[in-house]
Amino acid sequence: MNFETTIGLEVHVELKTKSKMYSPTAVSYGAEPNVNTNVIDWGFPGTLPTINRGAYSYGIMVALALHADITRHTHFDRKNYFYPDNPKAYQITQSETPLATNGYVEIEVDGKKKKIGIHELHVEEDAGKNSHEDDGYSYVDLNRQGTPLVEIVSEPDIASPEEAYQYLEQLRQIVQFTGASDVKMEEGSMRVDTNLSVRPIGQDGFGTKTEIKNLNSFNHVRDGLAYEQKRQIQLLMAGGEVRQETRRWDPAKKETILMRVKEGADDYRYFPEPDLPPVFVSQQWIDEVQAKLPEAPAKRRARYVTDWGIPEYDAGVLTLTMEMANFFEATVAAGADPKQASNWLMGEVSGYLNAEHLELKDVALTPAHLAGMINLIDDGTISSKIAKKVFQEIIKEDVDPKAWVEEKGMVQLSDPAKLTPIVNDILDNNAQSIDDFKNGKSRAIGFLVGQIMKQTHGKANPKVVNSILMTEIKKR
Amino acid sequence: MISKDSVAHVAGLAKLAFSEDELQQYTAQLDEILNMVAQLETVDTTGVPVTTQSIHLENVMREDVAVNDTDVQDLLANVPTKKGTLIQVPSIIDKEDD
Repeated sequence: MNFETTIGLEVHVELKTKSKMYSPTAVSYGAEPNVNTNVIDWGFPGTLPTINRGAYSYGIMVALALHADITRHTHFDRKNYFYPDNPKAYQITQSETPLATNGYVEIEVDGKKKKIGIHELHVEEDAGKNSHEDDGYSYVDLNRQGTPLVEIVSEPDIASPEEAYQYLEQLRQIVQFTGASDVKMEEGSMRVDTNLSVRPIGQDGFGTKTEIKNLNSFNHVRDGLAYEQKRQIQLLMAGGEVRQETRRWDPAKKETILMRVKEGADDYRYFPEPDLPPVFVSQQWIDEVQAKLPEAPAKRRARYVTDWGIPEYDAGVLTLTMEMANFFEATVAAGADPKQASNWLMGEVSGYLNAEHLELKDVALTPAHLAGMINLIDDGTISSKIAKKVFQEIIKEDVDPKAWVEEKGMVQLSDPAKLTPIVNDILDNNAQSIDDFKNGKSRAIGFLVGQIMKQTHGKANPKVVNSILMTEIKKR
Repeated sequence: MISKDSVAHVAGLAKLAFSEDELQQYTAQLDEILNMVAQLETVDTTGVPVTTQSIHLENVMREDVAVNDTDVQDLLANVPTKKGTLIQVPSIIDKEDD
């Protein structure tokens, strides 16, 4: 029997606001427990929430980047549940009238393009954080309580773990380029829950789905889904039934483990939030956000390829993060040849960052300095060999490459008037090599160039040396 | 008439445990409350749009400015047990932390 797989993803993205969704306390990562809280976050009786307009605008921005339709008349809803990470015993979210609906993300798998639909996006608040200790107690830190989130719910359009991976990669990129979120899985600013079911090909209804929670990398999502797909198919082939349950991925054992069986729909008793007035999103507000929406990564890629002749693959690497894309464009704007700038960023710069576990923002390199160095190579001031030395300097120190090269005496010797006597001097002292060359041993040229480089301490411009050498040797 | 099972279910969602006597008592009380509220259903609401608000305001929002104006020690003053600035609660084992 052949099966087909249906996957839907729920992605929570933390919005990069200064203050929380419904209270004005600060949003920050890694602060001392409970210092960024107030009576609203603690759910004290008599307190009232307020809507953060900046957070809602960020939500609109993400929705626009995902081609979704913004809901004009919306209200908030209460989702009731009891848990210590959420002292007011409900989460304020949007259930009936989500922020936006009907968006999509375009992915490419095995050379084929496919649109994955986005069912809806809604804004809501994050919960606090619990930690469990061996002393028989749990501990609650409410700093995260109330952090603005956008939940992005895909349609069940995803047909394989690989497609899920591509969808997440594209989604992360698109959201990161809006600047509305850091979308870092490792810091929890992007979190993924998956739903997967399988059914025999030709069957009308979907199979019973299982959910995987607590996935903290895209690879875990792909591996967890692949495991779950196989587990469900094997279960059905053996005549068994899939139960509706929540599982978690254990990366060490490489398997999903049962967390709990779901009996009936979750009972959250949603109702309209009475403490917040409704929100009307005007066309003016949408236009205002649209005007601030940075250029999407796909558009940037296309521009690099068409305008600057960058290969498609390279354009993809340059647009993996907004920081890299911005750095690249700034380097070109500072006068560097786009192809050279791309090569340096993908080669030496990325190599250095990976080796040192750093990000662009952590190094001293600036687009102006990188462009300056590239131009020094282009106009023959330095050789590409010297450029590597210059690079090691400008990535660590905030120094102007031109000034540094001059100060260190690394400027390349390109003046024929200065090089010709040196060439002739070497020729005078290597009569044997001249004979060898005339007898057809072209290797002799390499030896002579080596001697000239030695004489000039590696500063001679190899191109100029070659051409002078050929001219002078023929005169003999 | 609300059933005792429904009351027990809602109590379970709220992590409350009741004795049989308490369950009887609360079922009767809740039933009276619900019957009183149910009188609203006799009002003819034909043609009245669904209402989620009783005050005619919209777009009451604040700008995204961070204000930390409460000392964490003041907030912790009402916490029965704490460790540093963390709130101590009975061990939670029925749900994975996320």
